[in-house]
Amino acid sequence: MTTLPALGGIQVERDELISGSEAIARACVLADVDVITAYPIRPYDTVMQYVARLIANGELDCEFIVADSEHSQFEMVKHASAVGARVFVGSSGVGWFYAFEAITVTAGLRLPVVAMVGNRALDDPGAFGVEHNDALAVRDLGWLLTWVDTAQEALDTALIAWRVAEDPRVFLPCAISADGAFLTHSQQIVKVPGKKLVQQFIPPYNRGNLVLHPDNPITIAPQVNEDWLMEIRKQTDEAMRRAKGVLAEAYQEFGDIFGRRRDPFIEEYETDDAELVLVGMGTLAMPVKVAVRKLREQGQKVGFIRVKWFRPFPTQELQQSLSRFKAVGVVDRDFSMGSPSYGGVLFNEIRSALYPLPQRPAVVGFIAGLGGREIRVPDVSNMIDMTRKTVEEGRTDQQTHWIGVRE
Amino acid sequence: MTTLQSLSQIRGVKNVPWDEYYTSGHRTCQGCESALALRLMAKAAGPRTIVLGSTGCMYVANTTYYTTPWVVPWMHTQLGSAGSAATGTAAGLKALMRKEKIKEEPINVIAVCGDGGGADMGLSAISAALTQTEYNLLIFLYDNESYANTDIQVSGTSPWGANTTFSPPGRVHRIMNRRWKKNVAGMLATGHPECRYVATTCTSYPLDLQNKVRKALTTGGPTFIHTLDPCPKGWDYDPRYSHELGELAVETGMWVLYEVQDSKLTLNGPSKALANGTKQRKPVEEYLMRQGRFAHFTPEDTSYVQRKIDDMWTKWWVPGVIPFQNEVVT
Ligand SMILES: Cc1ncc(C[n+]2csc(CCOP(=O)(O)OP(=O)(O)O)c2C)c(N)n1
Ligand code: SF4
Ligand SMILES: [Mg+2]
Repeated sequence: MTTLPALGGIQVERDELISGSEAIARACVLADVDVITAYPIRPYDTVMQYVARLIANGELDCEFIVADSEHSQFEMVKHASAVGARVFVGSSGVGWFYAFEAITVTAGLRLPVVAMVGNRALDDPGAFGVEHNDALAVRDLGWLLTWVDTAQEALDTALIAWRVAEDPRVFLPCAISADGAFLTHSQQIVKVPGKKLVQQFIPPYNRGNLVLHPDNPITIAPQVNEDWLMEIRKQTDEAMRRAKGVLAEAYQEFGDIFGRRRDPFIEEYETDDAELVLVGMGTLAMPVKVAVRKLREQGQKVGFIRVKWFRPFPTQELQQSLSRFKAVGVVDRDFSMGSPSYGGVLFNEIRSALYPLPQRPAVVGFIAGLGGREIRVPDVSNMIDMTRKTVEEGRTDQQTHWIGVRE
Repeated sequence: MTTLQSLSQIRGVKNVPWDEYYTSGHRTCQGCESALALRLMAKAAGPRTIVLGSTGCMYVANTTYYTTPWVVPWMHTQLGSAGSAATGTAAGLKALMRKEKIKEEPINVIAVCGDGGGADMGLSAISAALTQTEYNLLIFLYDNESYANTDIQVSGTSPWGANTTFSPPGRVHRIMNRRWKKNVAGMLATGHPECRYVATTCTSYPLDLQNKVRKALTTGGPTFIHTLDPCPKGWDYDPRYSHELGELAVETGMWVLYEVQDSKLTLNGPSKALANGTKQRKPVEEYLMRQGRFAHFTPEDTSYVQRKIDDMWTKWWVPGVIPFQNEVVT
């Protein structure tokens, strides 16, 4: 079951069949979270149902507050974090947007709140299914932002999230995005580590001289105005830059302690000899990987790259990786109305990251799977064909293609 | 529930503590009674206190970077977040103490908000906080009867007819604010039967204010205080009359001093005398005509306000608290 040495009396890990949401609830137990606040909205709220059960059964010792709104929910953890409590929170779709005022200031205050976003389309018109626009809305604010694609990765990333967010070199909030239904609700076998090992990995949260307490009577977030705001924003920018290295360090040590080694920022699949690749985030990796295997059987040199951390953006990693290919098709499960080339958010970020390179691959944009619509294997083959055609025809007027839209 | 501090009731002005925890450094207007309310509140609560402050005059005019007046730890919270800020802070402290991550000790948690932040935007969060009986916290609503910081706009607690920048008297509409002031403390006291302490007060009665803060903090659980604070800028009068106007608000019966402790209601100070008839209410005109915000009032407008106040004192089940008629249809 495990390659790790048996540590005297320490339970190393056990296999469990759990969903992505349950995996993150488990991580709350392992990380000994102090304050959790909840408000119902599908699909993220499954995590809070598990949390509630873990508390009721005495497996998790924390303050659990069912708030009157997402705004209050996020404000509460923000303030709990300021007095030194480890916190967890989450939301989906319009709930995440309802909390947005709190979300913006949490980053401005450098409070290491860890949140789960169960990605959901933004009503109206009503849709519960996955769309990435909810979580992406924090991309400019100073939140660390990651997409996970399996329940195991959800659990592991949550542990990494507390460690990195609470690192004094970082002190930034972190959002873990999990595709609604495809990950929040689907069960997989997950290796759940023992609590002792997790304690080795995540040190206690220590806010030092920034903690709000009568022994440390500081004033937090006074009016700074034009006098100081730029300096303070720049500090947040520096923290985000440092987060890159702190994340790399955390993944390294995670591998050392738990034996699961992964590249922190991007995952490459069948790219060694690939000529063209698709790029995307979240659970679309599954159908894309299946399609890539099928097309490879037919002799096509295609691969896939999954972007794991969106903030900080893996610019150098993607520059290095993507410059090897002739063409790149970016699959966005989001939209950015009126953006350059009317492309998705990831598409435009990637194009921008590649711009400084002397040798740039062609980049083609796809918008697919909105509102939870399934991205099927034929859709993937279609996107790969279109990407190839763009290179063969030498087209430079990059277009964005909506996949599977009924006429 | 974590333990509470022992803060005794202050008997007489000579026994008011010397130490100040809200000092110089702020730049509120001359005669600002909200600033005085905070000073008295901080004095009463003492050093082992955390204050959360919502956006508003008491944030913007109070906590300029490098010149904070707060001696106790203070943190900004969003305009509608007093309830959630207090709850989150109290929850954080409680979890950390229970899990022995910090020293177990009673720490006062007070969230301050204005009428805009508390009575309008943050009402839901305050209501939720008052149901969280496991946490010790105080929501302190300072009511200057407008969104003052943004240049005096009408709020849910502005008086009927008041001239504000969103309710200016004009040629066609003399009265732009046709809403009656919300009965905030009454609504919160009756709506949250598990909340053990709700009170109203006014800066013109500093001992009343300080003792109510102490009662709230020593009663425990979630508690609420609503203070009426004359605001020279928003009410348009010479700052030297702040204290007098607070007294007139109470003596005309427009503002009622009371407390509800463990479901027991007590009228306090002059309000008690008005209720038991040992003192007569002054005409509201004496209060209204001292303020520029009512300068456009016709005699009919003044009589309308007087009638409403008379009704409150004669027809309400409990004057100033419960607006139902004093009989139940069965
Ligand atoms: C969400 C939000 N909306 C609007 C504002 C703008 N704003 C800042 S202070 C303020 C006035 C608040 O009024 P009140 O709570 O009565 O406090 P006061 O200024 O009167 O002291 C407003 C509306 C804000 N800061 N946040
Ligand atoms: S406008 Fe009113 S509440 Fe604001 S600082 Fe001036 S007097 Fe105080
Ligand atoms: Mg106000």
